[in-house]
Amino acid sequence: MVDEGTKKTLQSIPLLQTRASPRDKDLWVQRLKEEFMALIKYVQSNKASDSDWFRLESNKEGTKWFGKCWYVHNLLKYEFDVEFDIPVAYPTTAPEIALPELDGKTAKMYRGGKICLTEHFKPLWSRNVPKFGIAHAMALGLAPWLAVEIPDMIEKGIITYKEKGETSS
Amino acid sequence: MATAEDIQKQIETLQIQLDSLKQNARTKIDKMSSEVKDSNPYSRLMALQRMGIVNDYERIRTKSVAVVGVGGVGSVTADMLTRCGIGKLILFDYDKVELANMNRLFFTPDQAGLSKVDAAAKTLSFINPDVEILTNNYNITTVESFEKFLDAIRLGGIEKNTPVDLVLSCVDNFEARMAINTACNELNLNWFESGVSENAVSGHIQFIKPGELACFGCAPPLVVAENIDEKTLKREGVCAASLPTTMGIVAGMLVQNTLKYLLNFGEVSNYLGYNALIDFFPKMDLRPNPQCDDRWCLKRQKEFQARPKVDIPIVDEKVTEIVHETNEWGIELVSEDVKEAPTVSSTGLKLAYDPINESKSNEIPENQTTNDDVSLEELMAQMKNI
Repeated sequence: MVDEGTKKTLQSIPLLQTRASPRDKDLWVQRLKEEFMALIKYVQSNKASDSDWFRLESNKEGTKWFGKCWYVHNLLKYEFDVEFDIPVAYPTTAPEIALPELDGKTAKMYRGGKICLTEHFKPLWSRNVPKFGIAHAMALGLAPWLAVEIPDMIEKGIITYKEKGETSS
Repeated sequence: MATAEDIQKQIETLQIQLDSLKQNARTKIDKMSSEVKDSNPYSRLMALQRMGIVNDYERIRTKSVAVVGVGGVGSVTADMLTRCGIGKLILFDYDKVELANMNRLFFTPDQAGLSKVDAAAKTLSFINPDVEILTNNYNITTVESFEKFLDAIRLGGIEKNTPVDLVLSCVDNFEARMAINTACNELNLNWFESGVSENAVSGHIQFIKPGELACFGCAPPLVVAENIDEKTLKREGVCAASLPTTMGIVAGMLVQNTLKYLLNFGEVSNYLGYNALIDFFPKMDLRPNPQCDDRWCLKRQKEFQARPKVDIPIVDEKVTEIVHETNEWGIELVSEDVKEAPTVSSTGLKLAYDPINESKSNEIPENQTTNDDVSLEELMAQMKNI
């Protein structure tokens, strides 16, 4: 079920240990620390392998996350806002990653720009609760989605390249 | 450009239209009458008593039901309950009506752009002004809305400070179902889960009594994807298909069992499936998983086991034993009283994967986060400045 490329990506992301949702006061802080450690490690390894592709930060409680992700196609960099909430049933249910500015531009999306993860990501996530965290959701959920959808949308002219400084969408 | 007079005229026309709408709406009715009259909206429901199906149908006015998700299934569910004269309906949804919803029942094109709960409440109270309708326009899976959701169902009964009598899940995603599951396990509330498959040709309802029947986390659905191939992502068309037929049937199954549960008649199905392609309706019981991940579920299971088992209520009327003179085929009735649940369901089901042993990892290389003595704030700052 896990191919070589995925395995390699996985190796760069530390696994998490604590099963906690934002409603579990102290345990959640513990989980949140693990989330950040995994994310930091993942971003660092992306940078080291020259494949840096996102930045994320959260609110103080760690319940709302936001940042940027980008995708390079034909040497041009396309950048998008990314956001999601940590669901109450986390980590049993994965975060629903959204790219709001692409809402309505592709069928592989639910309302509000939530990307469609059912096929490629959710089975993998559910088999790895509570070891997978936000970094895994980015690497195994959002990254493959971008790799398929963005080139397709560029080809169809649905998204166009923006010069630096221009606002996207 | 419109002159002031034109606008004045327009207002008058609209006023007349508005008045005629108001006249068409009926006034509230204090007591359900069984009088057979064309003008009595409850005559056909009260006839259920005469037919010996339901005792005291009017009890339905003392019942409160929460409908979570007012889409293809939820809107029809709310519609049916409203027409049945339910006492109180609490609606939850954070979506707007869209033209893309018009292949389903209930909503009309002129409602596009309105919030689903408001549009539904308007139609429903026009259909039956006796029903008290509350609307909640938020996403129950987010942390802050979840608390509001908990309060709404915990205090949503007809009587003050009582919970709703039943929660109906008509949502379209796993996250929301798990949120409802979490809430109902914690509050110890009975609920029905319902769903229609993404390809629109099958559906199911599942009755969940915390501790007694499997919760949604006891046996979560599993999308079986054997190979992770990015090409499989590329499916033509939209994420999900839908049909008004399948959704209507599932809503019908859901409300039928809701009525049976609320008014104590017939037998409430614990799980009822529907396969539209071959018109197959499988029925089964799902018992709780002793290894469920939800700790409230485990607590409810213990409570249920500790409770003295209630005997199946003895029906007053004498059941006369039917003795057949011949029994050529040797047909006999087998008692189903013994419901010792098998841990793994007997037919057609198998475990898709072994549950993770939390101290051991499978197939994923061991590489865990170590908890050094760094504070959360330091980590947040580090992530920000990376």
